[in-house]
Amino acid sequence: MAKETGMISWKELALGCAVTRPGSAMDLKTGDWRSQRPVTDFEKCTKCGMCYIFCPDMVYSQKPEGFYEANMYYCKGCGICAKECPADAITMVEESV
Amino acid sequence: MGKRIGIEVSLAVSEAAKLANVDVISAYPITPQTHIVEHLSELVADGHLDAEFIPVESEHSAMSACIGASAAGARTFTSTCAQGLALMLEICYIAAALRLPIVMAMANRSLSGPISIWNDHGDLMMARDSGWIQLVAENGQEAFDLTIQAFRIAEDHRVLLPVIVNLDGFTLSHVIEPIEILSQEEVDKYLPPYKPKMWLDLKNPITMGAVGIPEVYTEAKKAQDEALKGAKPVVIEAWNEFAKLFGRKYQPVETYKTEGADTLLVTMGSTTETAMTAVDAMRAAGRKVGIVRIRLYRPFPKEEFLAAVKGAKQLAVMDRALAFSGMETGPLATEIKAVLYDQAQKPYVWNFIAGLAGRDISVENFTEMADGVEAAAADKLPQGATWTNVRE
Amino acid sequence: MKSAAEALKGFKKFNPKKLPVEEPLTPGHRACQGCGEVLALRQVMKALGHDTIVASATGCMEIITSSYPHSAWKVPWLHVAFENAAAVASGIEVGYKALMRKGKIPEKKVTFVGMGGDGATADIGMQALSGALERGHNFIYLCFDNEAYMNTGIQRSSSTPYGASTTTSPAGKKSIGQSTWKKNMAAIAVAHGTPYVATCNPYYYLDLMNKAKKASLVEGPAYLHIYSPCPTGWRCNPEEALTTARLAVQTKIFPLYEVIDGKYVMSRKISKPKPVSEYFAIQRRFRHLGEADIAYIQKRIDEEYNHLLLLAGETPGGEGEAKEE
Repeated sequence: MAKETGMISWKELALGCAVTRPGSAMDLKTGDWRSQRPVTDFEKCTKCGMCYIFCPDMVYSQKPEGFYEANMYYCKGCGICAKECPADAITMVEESV
Repeated sequence: MGKRIGIEVSLAVSEAAKLANVDVISAYPITPQTHIVEHLSELVADGHLDAEFIPVESEHSAMSACIGASAAGARTFTSTCAQGLALMLEICYIAAALRLPIVMAMANRSLSGPISIWNDHGDLMMARDSGWIQLVAENGQEAFDLTIQAFRIAEDHRVLLPVIVNLDGFTLSHVIEPIEILSQEEVDKYLPPYKPKMWLDLKNPITMGAVGIPEVYTEAKKAQDEALKGAKPVVIEAWNEFAKLFGRKYQPVETYKTEGADTLLVTMGSTTETAMTAVDAMRAAGRKVGIVRIRLYRPFPKEEFLAAVKGAKQLAVMDRALAFSGMETGPLATEIKAVLYDQAQKPYVWNFIAGLAGRDISVENFTEMADGVEAAAADKLPQGATWTNVRE
Repeated sequence: MKSAAEALKGFKKFNPKKLPVEEPLTPGHRACQGCGEVLALRQVMKALGHDTIVASATGCMEIITSSYPHSAWKVPWLHVAFENAAAVASGIEVGYKALMRKGKIPEKKVTFVGMGGDGATADIGMQALSGALERGHNFIYLCFDNEAYMNTGIQRSSSTPYGASTTTSPAGKKSIGQSTWKKNMAAIAVAHGTPYVATCNPYYYLDLMNKAKKASLVEGPAYLHIYSPCPTGWRCNPEEALTTARLAVQTKIFPLYEVIDGKYVMSRKISKPKPVSEYFAIQRRFRHLGEADIAYIQKRIDEEYNHLLLLAGETPGGEGEAKEE
């Protein structure tokens, strides 16, 4: 736990307080920030990939069948995907309490 | 084998950087450092030195580019003084925090205002708190030797901190002295190639300069502080090795005729040689006077200093810069008093502010310093300061 | 040294159906919801790939990607200070150049990047950028322009558009907000003889990615000015980040073009431009603007766009069909 939060002894810090684990930000669950989440209607989805390339948080990845799936660990619920989807396949719904 | 030649000290410093086979020089000209960078430019232009010379557009960019080059794994050198140092100072602190072994020659010059190109230790003192190791040269040979040693000290994996080699501007940088320029083979024997411990490596991508959140900043600084403290034994080791190979011995605190001395002058830099002339005369006249000369200024060699002044009754500490503390004490004197504070037996200290911005300090002035501190001690005056040669 | 045009001969554009899957920038960064700037950065990094070393200025992108112990970077990355990204990048490029030439490291094509926001580029970092461009370093400078000092709380920069309200150029009874016209950084880069200069926009992602790739192929410096929507600072809804980006181009407020060896080339023809008022309507930083203000801005935008067309050797007014990607 300490290592992830950075609360380690000064003796254990990397030289010059560098971060030596590339992409360590992936530990951070930015999905906790959202108050709404995108829901994709795969009947309407045309696999165009706009949601994928327009997501500031790299939330979407392509499934084997070609549909794009959202990784809720990181999704901040900004709504860009829903707004930009040319097929109107994505709807933002309130995050459950 | 090394050749002893008459050479301008600035050029000897450039030759040292050349012999160290630096990879990148990123520098901006400022009087009186100009000859150092000009000569390096010539060496690169004529193919004598295989390095990249970046003619940056300011000192701030000079140090910034030094950080970039050093972080890329290149042996990096620069030079500046006074206003140039002031402009790059923000970045100097960062270079030390990033633990990059940059070497910088400082042709000591006074700080504006008023604007002045002439020599004093304003810039040396300005860099005090930056985290850089600081070495001080008294003559041309030392300026050359210290520059070579600086790379070895900086790049040692137990240190990995940037180093400033201080040499007085004009009064040392611009004089021609007989200096033994070591041969390439000799330097190669002493100075191994630079092997960075951590660098911007595509195969091992690291993030340098992350945000130091409150939870980590204190620890990051403690680690840096311990590194600076830990540099002293490495400096001494580097100097002992140099002595073994080349016969010239360097110590964190050098002394001159201090045996049995009651009064000691404390100096830094090239004016020490003038002080030696004064001390020779005083000793010949039977006075028990000597000189304690600071060679390693950062990290401050507390133990060596205390050993050097042991038994002395009074110290005349010369400061060639001001700290504007409002307390009649210059930066060096203040530090020395702090070092002496917990000693059961401590000498009386009087501070002499002298040699600001090229104002001459004569042999007589040094004699006056010895006279002054002895008189003040005898009168038990509260410890204070005298401005040598000021027109009241 | 090859000209940019020579270096770009036979350039292969990105295939929208086969975009690179690499994400040198990872999720888990701390950008605001709907941040258009980090989206643009993500797209640039996908285009550049992993053999890239980045020197970043202080600013939004630096703060959100490098809060210890988290780093969203999978490429080597160095942050030093606010005003010196271009100088740091210069040093890295030269360091690698020296080490490769001296045989200390193997030769390899590496892309060197210096990046900063509009503050770090057009204001406090202007000198370092100018020096780096003039010295001709082989690097790409990326200016992520969200039109104010956003990271410190939405203060004006020289890139803040006329009439925008920021905390240090607030709209008020005696103020229209920013009273000066946006500084033309692309023109300044061109004036330095920079071989490749381009404006980019994250909505037009293929155009952006192609330009980033081109920049990496050109010898010498390249300058990309990247429109970066900031819902937080511009006071629009997060989901409208790309709407603003699209409207910025369609209203000719942020034209897309390249300047290759000093020759202007329009990237997009805007046959049916939208009125600037549409762009302003969705951003509360402009809501105080009156009709006269908007008319003035429209007139200047039109004049500047026509001037740009002339530079590109095209006729204003006779532009033909809108060019789609």
